[in-house]
Amino acid sequence: MKFQNRLNRRNFMKFSALGAGAAALSACVAPGAAPATGGAAAPAPAAGANQLEIFSWWTSGGEVEALNAIYEIYSAQFPDVEIVNAALAGGAGQGGNMKALLETRMQGGQPPDSFQVHLGRELIDSHVIPDRMEDLSFLYEEEGLNDVFPKDLIDIASYEGKPYSVPVNIHRSNVLWYRPSKLEAAGVAAAPTTWDEFFAAAEQLKAAGIPALAIAEIEPNFSGHVFENILVTQLDQAGYLGLFNGSTAWDDERVTKALEILNQAFDYANTDYLSTSWGDINDRFVADDGPAMMIMGDWTHGVLMSKGFTDYRWAPAPDTTGLFVVLSDSFGLPKNAPHRDNAVNFLRVCGSRAGQDAFNPIKGSIPARTDPDLSKYDEYLLSAMEDFKSNTLLPSIQHGAAVKQSFVLDYAIAINNLATNRDVASAQSMLVQAATDAELVA
Amino acid sequence: MATKSISAAGQRTLVSGSTTTGRRRRRISGDMLLAILVLLPSILAVAIFIYTAIGWTFYISTVKWNSQVIDYSFVGLRNWLRMIGDARFHADLRNLAYYAIGFMTQCILFGFLLASLLDQKIKGEALFRTIIIFPFAVSGIVTGVAWRWLMQPTTGINLLFANIGLDWFQPTWNTHPRYGMWAVTIATAWQFTGYVMALYLAGLRGIPQELREAAAIDGAGTYATYRWVIIPLLMPVTFTAIVLTGMNSIRVFDVLASMSGSGAAFATDTLAFFMFQSTFGAYRYSLGATIGAFMILLSAFLIVPYLRSMRGEVER
Repeated sequence: MKFQNRLNRRNFMKFSALGAGAAALSACVAPGAAPATGGAAAPAPAAGANQLEIFSWWTSGGEVEALNAIYEIYSAQFPDVEIVNAALAGGAGQGGNMKALLETRMQGGQPPDSFQVHLGRELIDSHVIPDRMEDLSFLYEEEGLNDVFPKDLIDIASYEGKPYSVPVNIHRSNVLWYRPSKLEAAGVAAAPTTWDEFFAAAEQLKAAGIPALAIAEIEPNFSGHVFENILVTQLDQAGYLGLFNGSTAWDDERVTKALEILNQAFDYANTDYLSTSWGDINDRFVADDGPAMMIMGDWTHGVLMSKGFTDYRWAPAPDTTGLFVVLSDSFGLPKNAPHRDNAVNFLRVCGSRAGQDAFNPIKGSIPARTDPDLSKYDEYLLSAMEDFKSNTLLPSIQHGAAVKQSFVLDYAIAINNLATNRDVASAQSMLVQAATDAELVA
Repeated sequence: MATKSISAAGQRTLVSGSTTTGRRRRRISGDMLLAILVLLPSILAVAIFIYTAIGWTFYISTVKWNSQVIDYSFVGLRNWLRMIGDARFHADLRNLAYYAIGFMTQCILFGFLLASLLDQKIKGEALFRTIIIFPFAVSGIVTGVAWRWLMQPTTGINLLFANIGLDWFQPTWNTHPRYGMWAVTIATAWQFTGYVMALYLAGLRGIPQELREAAAIDGAGTYATYRWVIIPLLMPVTFTAIVLTGMNSIRVFDVLASMSGSGAAFATDTLAFFMFQSTFGAYRYSLGATIGAFMILLSAFLIVPYLRSMRGEVER
């Protein structure tokens, strides 16, 4: 009982003051010390070593295997280079933690050799405009990429006429995944092709006790994805693109209409959608008592396959036949990359036919190149390639193609607000505010 | 953590040093010199890494750096007004109130209760003490993930309730769009109660046995002894516990980040999470700095009166 004797009141007070002081200091230091996400977890590789450090948010299932397939091709060509795969999953929004860590590295002037970034405004606003990236015109010339990537895609990758990253894949956002057995059970003849058909089918499903639409809105983002695929049904191409340059106002009545459709769709969603996370939704979808339909990007194909699930088909999301809402993952070359030559060679592999044909069948995406080896792709991917060639391409909001990241965050929050409070007017005013904050309003 | 603790102790050494009598001043000032020399490295470290960083944060909150392009043009209080007008900020203040009330009440109540029980000279006290304080050794992220699973509406504790016939009691816990924050406090209080218990236990051990005996002689029962002797004597401990749990409420981040993030319509959003997302999600550095600066001010409201009262304690 020595402890008891020594701990008189005064000593105790000293002791507790010490604890409080320490707590206070750590509270104060928090704002500056935010890279608690893992600054130490992914130390910059030593500049002397012959390495290649690649940042990505690919850590799950098919993603890792797809990335490894590219690494294998790279290692076969450059066996001396040690690849440092600095992947970091999850967080708020797609790749949130990875982006936070990347941002601290970029701000601190310690970029990785190359990193994953969504093609489009995410790349341009986050990294090109702050003058952190190298112009890749030389690489496009040397590798002949100008001839094998669709021109529209190169335009999305470019700022002031110069390309800044190499797209490795194309994903489609506007896909309706459905379970034929569920539709049958409710007496729905075919997958809905319009929102009117969707709501008619949803009524039938509801009568049969089956949730019509899978939604996962425990935190923002999932419904943001669904909403972009409703927006494109209400606005024509020019009107949709105008949302991001100020020529279409976010308080437009067509936006209101789109919000109303989504708001109505929530009535037919799995009732616990506010408790379901994006990470759990695929398990919900394949469960016996799961929802009948889900509007989600075509990575879902790879995920469902990897679960050994076969009771599903696909169609364009309602009212989006002929539209291809596109997003693309790409790799860029930061200025002052510690192993620039290795990084340039990696980008060559990413852009090559062999690289893209190794990566995409595993990832469940189609190649950005127009000359793939068709024998490597399955039924869904071949149909997506056809649509990609013939459809109107529209950039995705939720996945960083159309608009800068700060807007995407606010946009997803506004839609989350709709999912929670079911108030169209308030969600729309949040969107208007987001557009003002992002200075989208001309 | 280590340097911060040393400096906190150091400041207190200086305070008590200055109150000694004049006759021995010369020798004391020699001691003082040595003390200052020994403390200098940590004082410098604190000055640079804490106070400079705080100053920098306040400075950034007054400039226009709200994208990845660094922009130091002065905008006065515009970031502050923007923060104050933001609906998310209002939700965060509401959540702070919910959280602080729920978290502090549970920690202090259960902490005191457990400490009183352990103070009954029971067998295996050390074992129980260890078990109760153990959650404090678990990281916030792990706590968050574990409780997220427990509070999953269909497979977690609710399944347990359903299996014992409580089908009607199926709350959505931390994902409730209005009251999610209360559920979160269960998880964080689970983690922190052991620590408060340790504080109270130390406090109880510091109460001289004679006082209890005197109370007993005066005819006080158990309730009266606690009500009129022990609880008043433990007031400094309670004060410490309030400050510690209060600080914790202001800066809570990790448990929430791994439980439900900002939640549905900001049901479980906090100032710290708002700051993180503004800075590293939207790259609004100045807004993030403003939120950080606000959190420092809020903490100061708690810590400054505390430190003043501590000084009073020493001078007495």
